[in-house]
This record gives sequence, C-alpha cells and structure tokens, in this order.
Amino acid sequence: MSVANYFETMEYGPAPEADGEARAWLARHGATFGHFIAGKFTAPHAGKHLTTIEPATGKALARIAQGAAADVEAAVNAARSAQVAWAKLGGHGRARHLYALARMLQRHARLFAVLEAIDNGKPIRETRDLDVPLAARHFYYHAGWAQLQEREFADQVPIGVIGQIIPWNFPLLMLAWKIAPALAAGNTVALKPAEFTSLTALLFAELSVEAGLPPGVLNVVTGDGATGALLVESPVDKIAFTGSTEVGRLIRQTTAGTGKSLTLELGGKSPFIVFDDADIDGAVEGVVDAIWFNQGQVCCAGSRLLLQEGIAETFRRRLVRRMSTLRVGMPLDKAIDMGAVVAPVQLERIKTLVETGVKEGAEKYQTPGAMPAEGCFYPPTLLWNVHPSSTVATEEIFGPVLVAMTFRTPDEAVMLANNTRYGLAASVWSETIGLALDIAPKLLAGVVWVNATNLFDASVGFGGYRESGFGREGGREGMVEYLKPKAWSGRKARPKASPLPIASGASAGFDVPPIDRTAKLFIGGKQVRPDGNYSRAVLSPKGRRLGEAGEGNRKDIRNAVAAARATESWARATAHNRAQILYYLAENLSARSDEFVRRIADMTGVSSAKARTEVDASIERLFSYGAWADKFEGSVHTPPLRGVALAMHEPIGVVGVACPDEAPLLAFISLVAPLVAMGNRVVAVPSERHPLAATDFYQVLETSDVPAGVVNIVTGDRGELVKVLAEHDDVDALWVFGSQDASAAAERLSIGNLKRTLVDHGLALDWYDKAASEGPILMRHAVQVKNIWIPYGD
Amino acid sequence: MTQSVFIQNPIALTALPASPAGGDPHQLARNSGRALDMDWVDEIRINLSAAERRVASLPGRRTVKKDAQAAWLLKAITCIDLTTLNGDDTTERVKRLCAKAKAPVRGDLLERLGFAGRELHTGAVCVYHRFVGTAVEALAGSGIPVAAVSTGFPAGLIPHELKLKEIEASVRDGAKEIDIVITREHVLTGDWRALYAEVQDFRAVCDNAHLKTILATGDLKTLRNVAKASMVCMMAGADFIKTSTGKEGVNATLPVTLAMLRMIRVYQERTGFKIGFKPAGGISTAKDVLNYQFLMKEELGRDWLEPDLFRIGASSLLADIERQLEHHVTGHYSAFNRHPVG
Repeated sequence: MSVANYFETMEYGPAPEADGEARAWLARHGATFGHFIAGKFTAPHAGKHLTTIEPATGKALARIAQGAAADVEAAVNAARSAQVAWAKLGGHGRARHLYALARMLQRHARLFAVLEAIDNGKPIRETRDLDVPLAARHFYYHAGWAQLQEREFADQVPIGVIGQIIPWNFPLLMLAWKIAPALAAGNTVALKPAEFTSLTALLFAELSVEAGLPPGVLNVVTGDGATGALLVESPVDKIAFTGSTEVGRLIRQTTAGTGKSLTLELGGKSPFIVFDDADIDGAVEGVVDAIWFNQGQVCCAGSRLLLQEGIAETFRRRLVRRMSTLRVGMPLDKAIDMGAVVAPVQLERIKTLVETGVKEGAEKYQTPGAMPAEGCFYPPTLLWNVHPSSTVATEEIFGPVLVAMTFRTPDEAVMLANNTRYGLAASVWSETIGLALDIAPKLLAGVVWVNATNLFDASVGFGGYRESGFGREGGREGMVEYLKPKAWSGRKARPKASPLPIASGASAGFDVPPIDRTAKLFIGGKQVRPDGNYSRAVLSPKGRRLGEAGEGNRKDIRNAVAAARATESWARATAHNRAQILYYLAENLSARSDEFVRRIADMTGVSSAKARTEVDASIERLFSYGAWADKFEGSVHTPPLRGVALAMHEPIGVVGVACPDEAPLLAFISLVAPLVAMGNRVVAVPSERHPLAATDFYQVLETSDVPAGVVNIVTGDRGELVKVLAEHDDVDALWVFGSQDASAAAERLSIGNLKRTLVDHGLALDWYDKAASEGPILMRHAVQVKNIWIPYGD
Repeated sequence: MTQSVFIQNPIALTALPASPAGGDPHQLARNSGRALDMDWVDEIRINLSAAERRVASLPGRRTVKKDAQAAWLLKAITCIDLTTLNGDDTTERVKRLCAKAKAPVRGDLLERLGFAGRELHTGAVCVYHRFVGTAVEALAGSGIPVAAVSTGFPAGLIPHELKLKEIEASVRDGAKEIDIVITREHVLTGDWRALYAEVQDFRAVCDNAHLKTILATGDLKTLRNVAKASMVCMMAGADFIKTSTGKEGVNATLPVTLAMLRMIRVYQERTGFKIGFKPAGGISTAKDVLNYQFLMKEELGRDWLEPDLFRIGASSLLADIERQLEHHVTGHYSAFNRHPVG
C-alpha cells in the first residue's frame, strides 16, 4: 500500500520485529541442542531428539534433546555435587550471582523476547514488556533474599537439590519463578522446560555460565513428559511443578512417602466478577487482559465472567464492540493483541470445547478480523449465556475463550465464584470500596485482584487454593518453600512401638467400684457414640484396663467433617475471640490438671512428675497459641504500582489431624491448637494407643466456649481413619504425625482434591522442644496466603 | 438507564466519505444537545488505575511503520489546530501562522510521498478573538476554518454576559469554531446544572459556528470530574470536547483522553451524535500524536481520525512531524531549520 492508500484507509500496516539475532543464535547451535549439564551442553545419552515447531508458521524451529534416565541422573548428580559449595558460598555470594543473572537478562532482553515469541507464539509485546522484565525483576528480588537470608531465615536451611518442571505458557518467566528462589536459598536445580518451548531455558543456561554461575548449580534437561516423570522419580529433595492439575496429581502420587517436598501450581477457572457499580469500560479492558493475554493460555486467566444482571446486556454490547478491535497476527508483529496458540493439539482442544459450549446452548461471539492462514491461530471468543452446569463453565479451556454468566447479589457472586474445584485467582470489579473489600476475602483463591487482573510481582506470592495446587512463588512465603526448618533436620525415625500389653483381669472384687465412665466421640460439640457402636479397650502398659474408647468408622469421620464444614463462622471469628478461647482452654485444663496427670501416668506408665511436665507443657502451649492467634498476621506488599497487595493469612478450612502415640496430650494440643488458633476446624484422631487424654479433653472443650464443630475427636484405628480423611474431598488439609506408613498413605490418597498434607514420615518430633513444635513452624501450615491486589487512585 | 427523547441516528452520515485531505470539516449532523439527565452523570464510574493500564499498554499493542507511519502523520497534520495564544501575538505573527497552515509540508516532500497536487492543510488556525479577522482574511479561499478561543480564555472568570458577547463578536468576525472554557467551579462543586446552563448559552450564541468546550482537565484533577463534565457539555450541545487550554499545569494526557473518549462513545450510543475530541497542550512529537491517533481509532473508530471529529491543539507538533516525514523520505535524520516555520 502507498502512503496515499494508508492515508485513506488509516490501516496499521505491518510492523515486524527483526528476528535476525535469535535466528543467528539457533544457527550457531545448528538448530540442535543437547541438555545443559554441569555448565555445558551435553549430547543426550540415548541420542534422541524432539523437533520443536514455530506455532505461528507450523515450521520446524529446532531439535531439542529427549532426556532419558541417564541424562536426568547426570543432571541431578551435577546439581548434587554443586549444592554444598553453593550453599557454603553464603547469602552474599549467592546474591552477587543472582544479581548477575538479572543483569544478564536485561543485557540480552531483546534476544530473549524475540526467541520466546518465535518459540511460543505469543506476541512480542508480551515477551518484551512483561515476560522478560518480570523475569529480571524476579532475579533482582531474590538476589535480595539471598543477601538477607542469614538474618531473615536464620532458623532454616536449604532443602538440597530441586527438580523443577515448568510449562509452555510462560517459559522464561516460569523458569525465573522457579530457579530464582531455589538458587537464592542455597539449593541447586535440575530444570525440565516444556518440550514445546525449551529454547529460552537453554539460552538462559548458556548465558548464565557466561555470567559466572558455577557449573552444576543450574542444569537443564529437555524432553517430553516421560523426561519429567524421570525427574520426579530421581533422587531430588523437592519437586516444584507448574502445569496441569492432572499431572500434578500424578506427581503427588509418585512422590508420596518419599519425603520429597512438593509444590504444585496447577490449573484454574478463575472468576472475573463485575458488579453494577463497576467502571464498565475499565472492566471490559480488564477482560482483554484477563483472557486475551497470552492467547488465554494462562493458569490464572479470568475465564469465567460473572456479571450482575442489571449490567449484563450493556457489558455484552461493550465487550463485543471491544472484541471487534482486537488484532490477531504474527507474534513478531508489534501491532497485534494476540498471537498463535502454542501447538496444534492445543488448538484442537480449544475448538472442541467451544463446539461443546455452543452445543450446550452458548451464544458465540468471535473477533471478526483476519488471521494468518498458516499456523495455530484462534480468535478471541466469548461464550454468552453459559450456565454453571455447562462443560465450558467448569473445564479449563486454556485458550482465548471467555464464558459469561450472571448473578443477582454479592452473596450469589461469591457462591458462583467459589463453585469450582479450582482456586487460583479472581478479579473483583466495583467502585465501592466496602463491597470490593468485603468480597475479596470471601473468594477461595490465592490471588485476588481488585479492579485489575493478571498483575504479578516477585514480592507478592502467587499460588492456589484447592485443586489449583499448593505452595507459593514469590514473596517471603515463596522463599520458605525452598527452605526447611533447622529444628526438623535432625529428626530420627521413631523407635518401634513396644507390643501391646495383654489385658489382665480388672475386677477389684467386692470394693465399691468407681462409676463407669464411657469415652465417646466428640462431634459437632456433642459426645456421641460411635456409628458402629463398637469399643476398644485402652490398657495401661501393664495391661490394666483403663477404659474403653469408641471405635470410630468412616461414617463418624463423615459426620465430623460435616460438623467442621458447617462451622465456617470460626474462620470469621475475630482473632481476639479465638485468642480468648485458647486462653480459656488453658485455664480450664489447668483447673483439671491433676486428673490429666493421673490419666497420662496411667496410660503411658510415666512417672507422675513426668506426666505433670506434659500437662504443664500443654497448658503453656495453649497459652502460646492464645498469644499467637492475633499476632500471626499477614503483611502488606508494595509491588511497583500505585497501590498495595495485602498478603492475608487465611485458614485452610477443614483439617484432619492424626496424632502420634508419644506425649498423648501434648502432641494432640500441639497439633490442634495452631490450627484452631488460625481459624481452621479440626477433625482429630488421637493417639490410637493412648486416646483417653484426648477424650477427657472434650470436657475441657465443652466448658471453654469452643463453638460446636471447631474441634471434633474421633478415636479408633488410626490407619483406617487417616485413609478416610485422606480420601475425603471435603477435607482441605491433613496432618499426619506418628508413622511413615500413615504419612505415605496420607500423601498418596490426598490426590482427590489435592489437599495440603503435613506429615512426619515417621520421624519423631520432640514435643517439648518449642523450636521444633510450637509457633510459626506449624502455623505456617495452618494458613494459606491470599494476596489481594488493590491498585488505587481517582 | 434513561433513554434520550432526542435519539436520532444520522445513519446517512455515518458512512463517512473518504474526506479530502483537510477538506470541509463540518459535514456531520450537529449535536442538537438534549435535556440534562442527571442519571447519565450520576452513573459514571471510572477507575484511574484501569484507565492508566489501558493507555500504558496501547503503544505496545499498536504501532505504524514506514509508509503507514507517514500517512498517519500526514493525517495528523490535517487535524492540527495550528495555534498561537500568546500575549505577544501580533497581526503579522498570525499571518505567518496562517501561511504555514495552508502549506504545512514542503512541496518536494509531499511529492516524494505521492501527495503532489493534493490539497493538504491543517485542520484550523486557532487564535484569540482579536486576530480572528486577520486570520479569516489570511485564510480566505483555503477552506481552513478559524477557531477563536473565547469566554475569558483561559481562566473563564469574566462575567457571563461578556462571555456571550465575546462569542458573538468572534462569530461576527468570521470564526467558524469557538473554543470556550467552562467555569471550573461548577465542576469542582458538582453544580452540573450550572455547567449545563452555561454551555447551553454558549451554544445558543454560536449560531453556525461549532462549539468546542475546553474542560481544563488539569484543573478538574480526577477522571471522574472529567468524565462527568464531558457528559454534561455534550448534553448541552458541544460539538467537540477539548482537554485543556494549554495553560493549566497539566494539559492533555492519555488517561484523560481515554475518559473523554468513553463518554463520547456512550453519548453516541444513546443519541446517535458523534462528538469530536480535541486534546491540547503537551503534544509536541510525532510519537505523541500517533498514540492519540491509536487511542481514537481503538476507542471510537476510523471516523474519529478525520478533522471533523479530531483536532489537536498544538504549536510545535507540526515541526516535529515535518522532520519525521523528511526522514521517511530520505532515510536521514532531519533538522528543524530545513523546514519553514509557521
């Protein structure tokens, strides 16, 4: 077109970013790459390669190595060899390295941006303006944590060698999110990028050595899911995974019982809620950033549009108009809004799901403009008139497809927003501060954006609730994921329990007997008989019958979980109120301490003096959590925008707790109290052998104003009850202390709803050691961090 | 939502003919205004952060290169209200400006851009009342309208009757466009009825001259004020809404522009009238003006890139565009002294 033609049409015309440097880099490597192990490219052991394509053209781009067992082993070994020296380098030394990596990223920013756009298909605008700058920011931020580590994380040590598996939607950014905190904390890494998009990871690894990173600290093994599976099974100390919920489940299952630490950042179906007092045009633009960012291939994409009925029609009209101006084109074109979907398989999935949506009654709107003829392109799409029961309302599409539905009231908005298995992110649009700040905490999601969407920063933790995974990336909470408590590192396996004593005759002849006292289960604030109506004898070490405890079964667990679920109000009780109740528990336990001393001495055979020590420690522990209840608070982040991000500590919900046999009262209190202090409701399974201290304790609960359903106690076969709790999809977390088998089972069976697990793998904890068993060390597992982003201004 | 009783849809005029380069800018159906509807004002919500994010990402989403860029810059020239509003203005100074308005780009450059023989001039010349007659005479036969700033520009605090008389005088002298300033106090105190009444009076005395209402957005401070004032002015019959006098501390900005454009869109949805937009002050580079053009096209559409709906109040912008055009033609970076001044 000539100048005169453009003058008439006022079209934009092509505006391609040059790709010469990126192509030259590929050419220098003959477009064929090995793994990056111990500081250099290494040919794959089995000699196999995969071809990675350019999504925008469908043409082959490069060949990457397919990692086999030997390759993974070599990478993990290299990381292992480097780890001690890397940790010994100290915080300041590592800070210098991370700083150098940040600078390296900035020096080569355009090369990374162009290569990423070519390899992934996303627009150069996004790689240039978001992915690369955010990645660099992540390294700067974590250079800071390395610098401060000895002071700020004095009671923690690095975990060791970390296996990291990252997805194809933000290849470089996810690399940064994974390796920056891991390296900062003193770990070394074996990273597997996604097979569709491995190139920027290889470039990063190559340049990291030039930037002075010691060999073996960062290793990159490429390959498909099979390589990833090998990495999960390799002798790493932790797996950090970002990807699909389906694969996340497999990883949880595979790593169960191995002692490997795990963080999962999985899928989402995040709500985008617009109230009738919102800036509608602003929210329409928010939708563009929510679902037509990165072709909608964003785990936290606002993909469910929830509109208040009164504005729904106006919103639809304005959104459809806005869609008409979106431009889909070649990733390197600097005048587009959307590029190519990552691969044909993904394109097919999107098409199929949209067809299903239409078949199920949705009205379809799509951006009308032209798209490149070749390559994987799909237009921005709105499915209107979708109901919660539609497939497209529940399935994560992972494409540029928005589904819309309406609500009537704020309560209904919250209900619909939370009507999902996922819980990654949410957007709330309202110009009324009271409304927005009331809704945000009620949304079950790790990140909530108020009048905004898809904001990210290294200082603000990111991660999900529910089946969107667990663990956080970014912020202080993200650093903790790559550290472990010093106080737990010296734990030893529990000594094998002595065999159960043989019951001896109990008759006291013709003396006046004590009045029979039946220990019951404690569910929903009531003492109840076990559903099966069986009991088991509780014996002293010498075999004397001390009483009988109810034999709880799966129905008792079901009832206890229902009672706990029904007590949501505890989560909203004021911290002051929770503190008061914990103090009151301590007071009432103290009043009955003699009785508990006798009970513990009888059950466990310890001296009265020792039993008194346990009771006193239990009382003090309750006091501690009364103290913590209103002090283990969140924080206020100041990411680079005009606004704040509130990192709130929220209770996880309903938590199962299985207690060990040792210290039957103190361990029970030590596990239940932090959960209760933070607003969780608990279903506790006391020591199987010594349950009566816990059942005695329900009378303390009853007299201390603890609301019904906050603490439920089910005695019985610990292994069986743990299994039921682990498989229960309405239990949000499960803590298992006391045995390796139960720990492994809890992790393995938790995959139904991906509950958070805290287990001891059979390693004994000293319940009298406050550093190991009291305070933040446990409380951090009793909360999940929700970050609420609040940009402001008028 | 209250429906306007004035709704009319000038369909016949929406299919805008490819306008001549800087041709008659006054061919749209004029906004007849409508009764003040406070619902249209009260319901306005605008979120500053969201607006800022929109305009911040736009330069990354839209760009024009090479021939397209040259064409967009030429188009921008046709939208410039070439302006002089200084205390030391004189008749000769105004004449020099008018000469530049008629021939804004060197002939050899136009030729090499494929514009030889085509008429290309700025959107208007904008002066104080005192120089309207001079400008009308200097521009006679060029088709370039003269715009007069009015109503006690820039503060707008002279008596209301004098404001009306000033408009009448400028219209009498041949001004085809009147750039009025609103009384900022009406906005800052939320007295929307007073603002409406004032602008309605101005419109009445404009007669056939088009009314541009300057909001002085730098004084209004919040986007909420800007958006509400925009809506009230349109209801009162403004043909254009304009950001600034160029004399406030902060002049045209992209977030303010976004807020105003969205109001224009809402007003069109409801009444069918297309209202023009004029950013003024601070737009001094080719790069700046392109971002305004992108925003116009994205938020309002192709029609709003033409001088009947888009004007740019600027004095030094043209010189930078000329340099860019020469660079496009020669591949060399240019210098100011290679282009005749206005």
